[in-house]
Amino acid sequence: MARRDARPSASGARGPLRREREITTPEGVVLRLNLADRGERAAAMIIDLLIMLAVIVVMILVLIQSLAALNPSVALSLGLIGFFLVRNCYFSFFELRWHGQTPGKRALGLRVVDRRGGQLRSDAVFARNLMREIELFLPVSLVLSQGDTALDAGAQLLAWIWVGIFVLMPFLNKDSLRVGDLIAGTWVIVVPKGLLLDDLVAERDASGSGSDATPVFTFTERQLDVYGVLELQTLEDILRRDDKAASEVIAEVAARIRHKIDYRDRAAWTDQKAFLDAYYAALRARLEARMLLGRHKRSKHD
Amino acid sequence: MADGLPKSYAFRREREQVWRDLERLVTKAEKQGIRALDVEEIYRLPTLYRATLSSLSVARGISLDRNLLVHLERLSGRAYLSVYGARGNFVDAVAGFLWRDFPAAVRASAWHLLGAGGVLLLGVLAGLFLTLDQPAWFYTFVPESLADGRSPTSTAAELRSALYPGFFRVDDTLYFFASYLFTHNATVGFFCFALGFALGVPTILLLLYNGAIIGAMAALYARHGLSWEFWAWASIHGTTEILAILLCAAAGMMLGAAIVLPGRDSRTDALWRQGRLAGRIVVGAVALFLVAGLLEGFARQMVTDSWGRAFIGSVMLLIWISYFGFAGRRAGDGAA
Repeated sequence: MARRDARPSASGARGPLRREREITTPEGVVLRLNLADRGERAAAMIIDLLIMLAVIVVMILVLIQSLAALNPSVALSLGLIGFFLVRNCYFSFFELRWHGQTPGKRALGLRVVDRRGGQLRSDAVFARNLMREIELFLPVSLVLSQGDTALDAGAQLLAWIWVGIFVLMPFLNKDSLRVGDLIAGTWVIVVPKGLLLDDLVAERDASGSGSDATPVFTFTERQLDVYGVLELQTLEDILRRDDKAASEVIAEVAARIRHKIDYRDRAAWTDQKAFLDAYYAALRARLEARMLLGRHKRSKHD
Repeated sequence: MADGLPKSYAFRREREQVWRDLERLVTKAEKQGIRALDVEEIYRLPTLYRATLSSLSVARGISLDRNLLVHLERLSGRAYLSVYGARGNFVDAVAGFLWRDFPAAVRASAWHLLGAGGVLLLGVLAGLFLTLDQPAWFYTFVPESLADGRSPTSTAAELRSALYPGFFRVDDTLYFFASYLFTHNATVGFFCFALGFALGVPTILLLLYNGAIIGAMAALYARHGLSWEFWAWASIHGTTEILAILLCAAAGMMLGAAIVLPGRDSRTDALWRQGRLAGRIVVGAVALFLVAGLLEGFARQMVTDSWGRAFIGSVMLLIWISYFGFAGRRAGDGAA
C-alpha cells in the first residue's frame, strides 16, 4: 500500500489512472483532488442501499412484534413514516453528519465536496439527495410496475427513455456527475491517502556523518547539469523501491549514470546505492538552487 | 557534504512536526468523526491546516522531493476536507433551516412561485369552464381512481355525501390515512421538483393537468349548486397542500429556467446557484406536506361543517403568508 501511495498520480505513467480536478481553497491555494470513478460510486451506493434495506426490514419486524400492543393502523402509519424517513433522509443525514460521507462512501473512501472549494452546505446536501427520487427510486418503481397493464407499451417506452437520461447522466459528462451533483454543485472525490516517507537526503545525512565506511562522492557542476527534474524524480522513485528487483535496477541505473556523467571514482562501482544516494542529493540541491533563481530544468532535454 | 544538502531538506526538518501533528488530528477526525477531537485539538486544527497549506505553497516553489510534495498535497487535501466539510448536526441544520433559510429562499423565488400559481390557475379555469360547458370533459380530466364513482350523471345527494363522510368515525385509522397522504403527497412534490430538470416542461404539464382535475371537479359540483360546499371541503387542507405543490413546482421551474435562460452565468453555474435555492424550497415544502396531511387526514374528517372548513383553510393560508413574509427576516441575509 505504502508503495503505491508513495507514487504520485500526477505522473500519470504509473499508478492508477484517475481524473484529477483542482479546487481552490478559501485560503487561495490550489489543491488537486482525484475524482471517484463510477464503479466506486456505484459500489458505495449499493452498500448504502443494502443498509437502508436492512433498516427497513428491522423496522417492519419490530412493528410486527409490537402489533400486540399497538393498534394496526398506528403501526402501519409508523411504518409509512419510517419508510419515508429512511428513503429520503438517509443520505442527507449521513452526509451532513459525517462531512460528506455515508457509510457506503466511507467504506470506499469517497467524499462529497463543493466544486468551488467552499464549505459543503446543508442545502447542497439536500438538493443532491432529493434528485435520487428520479435517478434511483423512479426507475426502480418503473421496473416493479412492468407487469402493470395500466401503462401501455408506448408510454412505457417513453418513460424508459425519459428516465434513461437521468440514470445515464454520469456517463454523459466528463466528471461523471449525476444530476444531483450538477444541481448541488458537488463532486465526489477519493479521500487522499499518503505516507510521508523519510527524506532520502536525511537518511544519507544521518548515516553518512556517523560512519566513515560510506564513501564521499563529489560531483562537478557539469556532471550535475546533465539531468533535469524528471530524471531526478525518476531516480527518487528508484531509490525508494524496496522490492526484490531493486538492487538490479539500482546497479543498472548507476552504470548508466556513471557512463553518462563520465564518473571515474572506483567507489562508485563498489557501493552503487551510496553513489546514487549521493548523486540524488547533489542533483536535488543543484536543481533546487536553480529553481530558486527561476531556471527550471524540466528534463535532460530542457 | 553538509553544504551540498538541498535547501528543501532544512525546510522539511523545520516544519515536519507541524505536518505530523496535523496528520494525527486529521486521521483521528477521519476515523472517529470531528467530534472525537477535544477542545484543544479543535482549536489547533485550523492553525495546523493553514501552516501546512503554506508549507505546500512554499514546497511547490523550492522542493523537488516528490514524495514530500505529494504527501503535503494529500495531507492538505485531507485537512481541507476536515476543516471545510459539512458542518453541524442534522437537527440544528433542520431548525436553522426552517426558521431562516427556507422562508428566505421562498421570498427569493417569489416570481417563480407566482408563475407556478398562474399556470395552476390556468389549468383550473380550463377544467372548470370546459366541464361547465360540456360535462363530458369530466371523463377526460378526472381519472377514475380520483372520481370515486362521481360523474356528471351523479345526483346532488351523491355528490354531497362524498364531501361529508358520515361513515368516517374518528378513530385510529385516521393515523394511517394522514401518514399515507403525507408521504404520498411529499413524493409527488419531489417529482414535481426533480422533473423540472427537463427544462421545466413536465413540471408545467403536471401543474396544468392537476389544475384541470380540480377545475373539472369544481364544475361537477357547481352544476348542482354545491360550489360553496366543494371549495370549503377542498380549502381545509388545500390551501396548505396546493401551496406546497406550488413551492415544489416553483423550485422545478427554477431548475428549468437555469438551463434555458442561464443569463450571464454558464449553464452549470446557473444550475448550481438555482439548484441549491430550489433544493431548500423543496425540503421546506415537506413541512407543509406534513401539515397538509394532518389537516386532510384528521381535521377534514372531524370538521364536517363548511364554515368550519373554510375557516381553518383561510387561517392556515394566513399563517403561511405571514411565515413566508416575515420569518427570519431580522436574522439578516434577505438575499439568501
